Amino acid sequence: MADTMQFDLVSPERKLMSAQASEVRIPGADGDMTAMPGHSATITTLRPGVLAVTADGQTTEFAVTGGFAEITPEGISVLAERSLPKGEVTQSVMDEWVAEAHKAHQEAHHTVVDDAAKLLSDMVAMGSHIGLDPNMPSL
Amino acid sequence: MPSLKDLKNRITSVKNTRKITKAMQMVAAAKLRRAQEAVEAARPYAERMDAVVSGLASSVAGSDSAPRLLAGTGDDKVQLLVVMTGERGLAGGFNSSIVKLARNKIMELRAQGKTVKILTVGKKGREQLRRDYADLLIGHVDLSEVRRIGYDNARSIAQELLSRFDAGEFDVATIFFNRFQSVISQIPTAQQIIPTMVESADEDADSTIYDYEPSEEAILADLLPRSVATQIFAALLENNASFNGAQMSAMDNATRNAGDMIDKLTIEFNRSRQAVITNELIEIISGAEAL
Repeated sequence: MADTMQFDLVSPERKLMSAQASEVRIPGADGDMTAMPGHSATITTLRPGVLAVTADGQTTEFAVTGGFAEITPEGISVLAERSLPKGEVTQSVMDEWVAEAHKAHQEAHHTVVDDAAKLLSDMVAMGSHIGLDPNMPSL
Repeated sequence: MPSLKDLKNRITSVKNTRKITKAMQMVAAAKLRRAQEAVEAARPYAERMDAVVSGLASSVAGSDSAPRLLAGTGDDKVQLLVVMTGERGLAGGFNSSIVKLARNKIMELRAQGKTVKILTVGKKGREQLRRDYADLLIGHVDLSEVRRIGYDNARSIAQELLSRFDAGEFDVATIFFNRFQSVISQIPTAQQIIPTMVESADEDADSTIYDYEPSEEAILADLLPRSVATQIFAALLENNASFNGAQMSAMDNATRNAGDMIDKLTIEFNRSRQAVITNELIEIISGAEAL
């Protein structure tokens, strides 16, 4: 079994990272999962959260929201609608994301209101995980 | 016969025009390069998205649980045409070729007794379509303030489409844009985006069997709206590259025409100058002879 696998992180506008990774932690919709080389082929959607990539012994973290990850034994590609290196997520970026999730929650159709509430709480949880004040709006 | 001064003025004015068109050509060339890079950069995401969505869709299609975005409303009575054009002109046939394609489609659909609604993106398309089909326009997306097209623009258009779809305002949506082929060739294209078109996936092309987390249906329901936004984004980028390509070649032509015109005017100017000199000489000589 190989020690590393091809890892690609792409956003709609550009490719953010492409590297040989030994380990990737993905914030899957049903919970975090860590994928290593030789993982069984899986497709999972993402919840807002922190994606951690370990390549050459160095771990890089990205804040990602929306999208999915395609895992094969040979590699992983993560397609995230928005993604920023963790260091670049500032309070104002966080506020904007939370505000947007909050707006989506308020406008949500009653059938999808649960999804929107989950999106909002995940977004807030990501903020506190990164160490920013998420300013949780009251639901 | 125009006077020498008239000719000179005209030459100066054409020279100024040539300077402007030359500058516009160079600006378009620089923008074109950036636009093409953006198209290239967006490709990996769109391709992956397509692959996964069509893989999922073909396995879910036909079942009762298929989402409406995939299965459609079961009708095609109300058609929404999303006509994407440029915000500006001076780009040869760029805007009119899209509008022409849309017009043909409108006539075809109306002949079949369908209801047509139009959503325009870009000022030029709205101006042209408003003349004949003002009553069909249901909305307009203004991108004139946008300097660089981002995914957010595409997403807001997609959201508008999806909320109209959820409200049952239309059954089928088609986008019209110019696909970038080369600087001299842009192909007006119509592409159906709602319900999502699934290309019949090659059976042997991708035989990997995936685990899905959560279920296939849940992933599909999450991805289909994103796929609509991705397709719109790709179309916006193609359109932007096409616009700059079309503008570049149009301005190149204009510059060349201005050059030809300057040459012609200069010859005419020289001829009349010589004629004036000859005339003056004749007058002097005949005056001297009369003495």
